Amino acid sequence: MTAPTTTTPAARGTNRIGLAKADYKGLPTTLCAGCGHNSISDKIIEACYSTDVRPEQMIKFSGIGCSSKSPAYFMSRSFAFNAVHGRMPAVATGALIANHTMHAIAVSGDGDTGSIGMGQYKHLLRRNVRMVYIIENNGVYGLTKGQFSATADVGQELKYAGRNDFMPIDLCLEAIVSGCGFVARSFAGDPQQVTALVKAALAHRGTAVLDIISPCVTFNDHDASTKGFKWGKEHEERINDFSFVMPQDEITVDYAPGEVKEVTMHDGSKILLKKLDKSHDPTDRMAAILRLEEAREHQHFITGLLYVNDAKPNLAELEHLGATPLARLPASRTRPSRESLAKIMAEMK
Amino acid sequence: MTIADLDQRQRPASAERTPVVNDFSITIATENGSGSQTANTVLLRSLFKMGIPVSGKNLFPSNIQGLPTWYTIRASREGFIARRLRSEIVVAINPATAIEDHQLVEAGGVFMYADDIKFNFDRSDLTYYPIPVKKLSADEKNPKLRKYMANMVYVGALAHLLNIQIDEIESALMYHFSGKRKAVDANMKVVRQSVEWAAANLTKTDPYHVEPMNETDGMIMIDGNTAAALGAIYGGVTFIAWYPITPATSLADGLNEYLPQVRVDPETKERSYAILQAEDELAALGMVLGAGWAGARSMTSTSGPGISLMSEFAGLGYYAEIPAVIWDVQRMGPSTGLPTRVSQGDLLSTYWLSHGDAKHICLLPGSVYECFEFGWRAFDLAERLQTPVFVLSDLDLGMNQWMTKPFDYPDQPMDRGKVLNAEELDKLGSFARYKDVDGDGIGYRTLPGTDHPLAAYFTRGTGHNERAGYSERSDDWMKNMARLGRKFETARSLVPAPIEDRVSGAEVAIISFGSADPAVVEARSRLEKQGLQTSYLRVRALPLANSIKDFIAAHQRVYVVELNTDGQLGELLRLHIPEYAYRMRPANWGDGLPLTARWITETILEKEG
Repeated sequence: MTAPTTTTPAARGTNRIGLAKADYKGLPTTLCAGCGHNSISDKIIEACYSTDVRPEQMIKFSGIGCSSKSPAYFMSRSFAFNAVHGRMPAVATGALIANHTMHAIAVSGDGDTGSIGMGQYKHLLRRNVRMVYIIENNGVYGLTKGQFSATADVGQELKYAGRNDFMPIDLCLEAIVSGCGFVARSFAGDPQQVTALVKAALAHRGTAVLDIISPCVTFNDHDASTKGFKWGKEHEERINDFSFVMPQDEITVDYAPGEVKEVTMHDGSKILLKKLDKSHDPTDRMAAILRLEEAREHQHFITGLLYVNDAKPNLAELEHLGATPLARLPASRTRPSRESLAKIMAEMK
Repeated sequence: MTIADLDQRQRPASAERTPVVNDFSITIATENGSGSQTANTVLLRSLFKMGIPVSGKNLFPSNIQGLPTWYTIRASREGFIARRLRSEIVVAINPATAIEDHQLVEAGGVFMYADDIKFNFDRSDLTYYPIPVKKLSADEKNPKLRKYMANMVYVGALAHLLNIQIDEIESALMYHFSGKRKAVDANMKVVRQSVEWAAANLTKTDPYHVEPMNETDGMIMIDGNTAAALGAIYGGVTFIAWYPITPATSLADGLNEYLPQVRVDPETKERSYAILQAEDELAALGMVLGAGWAGARSMTSTSGPGISLMSEFAGLGYYAEIPAVIWDVQRMGPSTGLPTRVSQGDLLSTYWLSHGDAKHICLLPGSVYECFEFGWRAFDLAERLQTPVFVLSDLDLGMNQWMTKPFDYPDQPMDRGKVLNAEELDKLGSFARYKDVDGDGIGYRTLPGTDHPLAAYFTRGTGHNERAGYSERSDDWMKNMARLGRKFETARSLVPAPIEDRVSGAEVAIISFGSADPAVVEARSRLEKQGLQTSYLRVRALPLANSIKDFIAAHQRVYVVELNTDGQLGELLRLHIPEYAYRMRPANWGDGLPLTARWITETILEKEG
């Protein structure tokens, strides 16, 4: 993977909008030492810094759970809303229709999304709200100390909860069938891939789902679990590799023709996909579903960009909103005239 | 026969009973889904346009087609528009309820019925008018339309017997069908045939008739949900999320009808609003809180079951201090309850909606005029006080037609509350979201996107200190709750004050709220005729105004009149004013129907002994 190179001169130690990495930092984490969630926070910082996202133009959303605490640990200069369990998608939908010019990164967990929040997750995707939706997926409930989540594997055993007998819900598969136009899976221990996917997701036109396997070091990191570190490292199967190109960059990618798949994003930026597995075309929805089903059959998880489609309009576009966010409209635009009320009253006489 | 001929026709001969002019109720019993709404609203509007004070109430089942439904129209020259327990005139079109409907007629009244209904008419006090509904609508060849047209038969017969002006019926049809001549003509044809038939075949022996007045000049007719929608629009609402539920759905319908008319840029077609049908009421309030937090004037509308579902988010809104407006068009509960019947049963549960220590501002409109006024004021209060504001309407106010003076344009600019912009942050040099800078319990907030490194803060439902930082410290928690308490006291001084009518020398008073108002107003007049003077205070908001205590102190016995089974306003008054608890007497009733003046009068007289 080739790092983006820039032609814009920037002060040493700053990005193109003159901010240092330190301007993107959050509070010290209170999660367990070695938790995969912390490395995801670091990669969010990396992605936002290197793509010049202004922190004040970012909203961080989360629900309830270990994952949902993590927005406190990155980008303190960004606005944040830690909502209630499983209902963050609704809050994000409202906030981002009130101000559709904002960037947004939501952090949820497998319980917050796959159990209590499944309905809101699917409706968010259906509406295609422009935001990055990261699921920090560890297959257990951490904060309540080790119960199964709906993404837990059949036959998985936990110290106190016993054995799980139920089918895991695949949140990427759910995203694809709900019409989501950006669905990716990664692994918290793969910093390069996580950073690249977050960057690409930030440029997506609608909702971009990143399901990141993030092992719970305390309750779920034993060798038999498919959400554990050891299992992850041994079974990870990369389906593609890509580099993210900002539109203002002139970049040459060291990829041979024929190995590169180019996808144009809504904002004009492009992602270049290098297919390690030549059979997977990320613009092919049925192929993505098939790959996930095959992976399930073979007890694999595949990482990379599973599916992308930038053609679907997002919610703000569908609502015919103008350039000024609803939240910033002056009273002259939102309180109709005295005459208009008189006219309505006259019609009712 | 032309319309002019019809209006100049001979008045039907009455027996020597004293005429009753503009003072009676009509109940029309039909089947749900039979299209009788057109006929009923046309009758209502005709009387309204003749200048006679009227009200119309639809008592309908939770059903799309087939179950019995009733519509009552009250004409009152004195201007009383509450429901009447019985009607002087009953029109029975539905055979399934005819026996019951027959019992509903006030002594000495009229029973008009479809002549194919056969049963024993055994009340000697009534006047019976069989009308050939099927025969008079048989000209219409389309069987579906024929069923609709059949309703115009009783319109014509009533017009003849009561002397309702035919041109007013035609104008009302024009209004109803938005000027579609073909539909108006088809209906008028049946009306005219029916009038002719009645003139030739019915001998009027009842005393009821109408005469033009000028008591409705300049007034409009509207339902409370449409009034609320207009209030929100003129309050500058920019985001609405809602989920369908009877009886609140027509509030969202009103928004969907009028927003495109007045809030779309005619050139760019850009909307200054967004309205989303959410997947459920939880999501609806979640979206509203998200949008309110981001700075949009944001609202939802629902009924009791939706309010229950919103409980967790209501607590978040209260504790994270987010402006939102939530309309509860109340219906009868608990559970699914009586979804198409009215109640004032959500007062306590809404006031305290949430786990933990929370209490909410509740506005209590008592008329369609107040549905409009509170519709816009609610946003000013929500943004000033940075908290969810509930507006408790009900099915009777929300779905029935009421006459009212036209709505006045908001008399003050929008109050967007304490919001800091980048320049102000620069000047201040620091920002603490939940700090009580002004001593009124209300902090300053910033909106997402404010371009200043100090602008951002972390919004959460977990414990926080005044800088919005996560905190599990007991002192931070208690300090924050104490400030929320101060804010609630500020709210007490800002919400709509009660309306009082103190009668000097009166020992007895009535306290009530919401749609109980018309019945209370009429009951006071009846009580006065019986020699009992009463004062009246109508509560218009929670938290309760301090002045209520003085009002109670000035009277010996205070009847708390409300439409629910538990006497919820009474409970709240006793809790807030325990020293006068002994003076308060419950006068609550919950049968799913709007209160009647008769019940209030009898209840108070009985308790007064």
